[in-house]
Amino acid sequence: MDWLAPEPEGLFCIPGGFYIDPLRPVACAVISHGHSDHARPGHRRVIATPETLAIMRLRMGDDRAGDVQQPLAYGEEITINGVTLRLAPAGHVAGSAQIVMDYEGQRAVVSGDYKRAPDPTCEPFQVVPCDLFVTEATFALPVFRHPDPAHEIAKLLHNLRLFPDRTHVVGCYALGKCQRLIALLRQSGYDRPVWLHGALISMCALYETFGIPLGELKQATVAEKAELRGGIVLAPPSAIADRWARRLADPVVCLASGWMQVRQRAKARGVELPLIISDHADWDALLKTCEETGASEVWVTHGREEALIHALGLRGIKGRALRLVGYEEEDETESETEADEVTA
Amino acid sequence: MIAFAALLERLAFTPSRNTKIALLKNYFAETPDPDRGYALAAMAGALSFTAAKPAMLRALAMERTDPELFAWSYDYVGDLAETVALIWRGRAERPNSLPPGLAEVVEALKTTPKADLPELVAGWLDISDSSSRYAILKLITGSLRVGASARLAKTALAESGSVTPDEIEEVWHGLEPPYTPLFAWISGHAPRPDPKDAPVFRPPMLAQSLEGVDLTTFNPSDWRAEWKWDGIRAQLVKTLGGERVYTRTAEDIGHAFPDLLEILTDLDSHVVLDGELLVMQGDEPAPFADLQQRLNRKSPARTMLRDRPAGVRLYDILFEDGEDLRNLPFDARRKRLETWFARLSPPRMTLSELIPFENFSELAALRESARSEGIEGLMLKRADSPYVPGRPRGPWWKWKREPLTVDAVMMYAQRGHGKRSSFYSDYTFGLWREGENGRELVPIGKAYSGFTDEELKFLDRWVRAHTTARFGPVREVEQGLVLEIAFDAAQYSKRHKSGVALRFPRVARIRTDKPAAEADELDEFVRTFL
Repeated sequence: MDWLAPEPEGLFCIPGGFYIDPLRPVACAVISHGHSDHARPGHRRVIATPETLAIMRLRMGDDRAGDVQQPLAYGEEITINGVTLRLAPAGHVAGSAQIVMDYEGQRAVVSGDYKRAPDPTCEPFQVVPCDLFVTEATFALPVFRHPDPAHEIAKLLHNLRLFPDRTHVVGCYALGKCQRLIALLRQSGYDRPVWLHGALISMCALYETFGIPLGELKQATVAEKAELRGGIVLAPPSAIADRWARRLADPVVCLASGWMQVRQRAKARGVELPLIISDHADWDALLKTCEETGASEVWVTHGREEALIHALGLRGIKGRALRLVGYEEEDETESETEADEVTA
Repeated sequence: MIAFAALLERLAFTPSRNTKIALLKNYFAETPDPDRGYALAAMAGALSFTAAKPAMLRALAMERTDPELFAWSYDYVGDLAETVALIWRGRAERPNSLPPGLAEVVEALKTTPKADLPELVAGWLDISDSSSRYAILKLITGSLRVGASARLAKTALAESGSVTPDEIEEVWHGLEPPYTPLFAWISGHAPRPDPKDAPVFRPPMLAQSLEGVDLTTFNPSDWRAEWKWDGIRAQLVKTLGGERVYTRTAEDIGHAFPDLLEILTDLDSHVVLDGELLVMQGDEPAPFADLQQRLNRKSPARTMLRDRPAGVRLYDILFEDGEDLRNLPFDARRKRLETWFARLSPPRMTLSELIPFENFSELAALRESARSEGIEGLMLKRADSPYVPGRPRGPWWKWKREPLTVDAVMMYAQRGHGKRSSFYSDYTFGLWREGENGRELVPIGKAYSGFTDEELKFLDRWVRAHTTARFGPVREVEQGLVLEIAFDAAQYSKRHKSGVALRFPRVARIRTDKPAAEADELDEFVRTFL
């Protein structure tokens, strides 16, 4: 397909004149979801789902989330220079979308980040048949097969019963993982208040305006140590093993991430209770999705391209690594500087 | 297997001892025999299967996985058993089958011929989830590093009943997995198992540190003094049931000391002896490093036995020909030990001599003058003290030499574990030397103790404020903070760039008053301490 091209700024739709999740400020950007490595500030025109636009405004302020913000709800179509553009749910976080482009009888779908596992906080992934599928590959190794998140939540609650005096502090991303964890806890019948690190509060409030109920939430930062005893505290991954966590009563450090599948990763993070909960497609889901789209060609944007391309090759699908730089591996690159700064 | 796998997972990631004990107690309470017994055996290192090798696992996995994908995965995960456990596809296809029980796995591994193992193991993996697969694979390769020592498992077991860990030790070596009589006793359903003639371990009596104790209140004639030898505390056991050499933590180290076992075999007496295990150079103890060489070998080569012969300085006698002497006062036991020794004069054994003294200042002077290899300080034992397992306060004191000290400069800091995981609490320190590009620091060791909580907070703040580079969990810091490091001995070491290593280094003082440039030189250090 020759009308979609990887450029230094990001993936570029040539006839449409727009970039998808560009890494630098551009004239027109289509944004797949609100995570900071995909949604960057300073674009002139931004097209995204209403939820993603709201998330961007919350994170960067109204003025930096795009001079022109053009909401495009799932399933709505617009045409830009002959390219028909629509957004389809990606199941990654609230508002996350696949970017579907039709041009001269060909269809390309850019997945953004996605998962196939059910998630009470966002629309489920929709398979869109296409000629070219552009996929992420964060967990593209056959060792990554995410367990049922209900099992992981049960692990957390079991430990809480075993150690009822200890504060269970769970490291999680502020956008998506945090709200999903709360929703999973509620699904499993946990109805006590969930305590939040200051950096997570506003995003939870925004999710509630999206119509996603999260139950009673309380601010951990202002709470007494004794109040948090036996409670569940959610905090950004950078805060759980640092000075912020010292305020907690004998904390059990947990981290919710797909990387927790690998013991060395959990050990290196000093995690006592790893929870394998991921908002990305695992190995099986990546292969299944590539096959289900019926695409004859698959481009791989970021992650472990070589393994996925190799496996697609064994299935007769042509793969290509785009090697776009700038997209982060979830949980992997956050620096300690951040941890030092986040003291709120 | 599911419960055992979950336990292993929690133990592996849990830094706190109390938490580990709680997890173990919960497991023992909720798991029936014989599974819990086999779990205990696995943790105590009492299971070993020789037929299953890592190569077999790799071959099994390769049959079912694309080799390139396997190679990338193994490269990423870094552990063979874990890679196989994660990559194996099984349970999804057979969601209604349960993983095999722990006892089933252990018993089958004992009896299955090698040729039939691959099929058996593959069948287990097929019906297991990934953490059960990991537990099975670690079990059969014998590399079950569970993050809980044998002693910890026994402590948890003792706490789940009303016995002490020491009482368990005294029957332990007479029992076999799955330890059903042990669990029956601890839960109060059966009498204490009788080890009969088995060469069981007797928990040793340990001394408290004399630091901070006022010697002037002691009457010298109530006390006996001995050298504190710098080897490892050992227990030699000879009964009708066999011979054993144990460490003071009940580890059976006989395989590393066949020279001692042989002597015990030839001994015409049934005894339990307490002494210091040393490597001898003629009549004198060799440096601790020589002993370490012996301890590191599973079975020593003949040259090793010749060049680093083991010996034992005897401190005490606990049993003689079936008679339990532990309730006798020290003086009486000492007499029995001397008589026994004179009667048998066993080779490679010497009595740890009693040091005659009139008063404690005389002893103190002696303690400081004795800087010879192999002496760590003095032991003070009450003449009337019975042999009480554990570390009772009062009857025995260890009176170590003043530690040696050096002023070093902090070079790197690393986060600690558990309660200290938010603190930079492990410090690498170095000394100055002339390098190719001028004066440079070269690391000589790492310390993570010796400071108070307040000092730790200071050090943590200092590290954060003076970081110059980061390598994962390690921070390089400005060469600006002098730490006075206390240590027990210095030795040559090939492991460190500086060529020296310290025993028990700890932070004695933070020398904010001293400019880093005035910290000690490596050359001077070598001249003084080596």
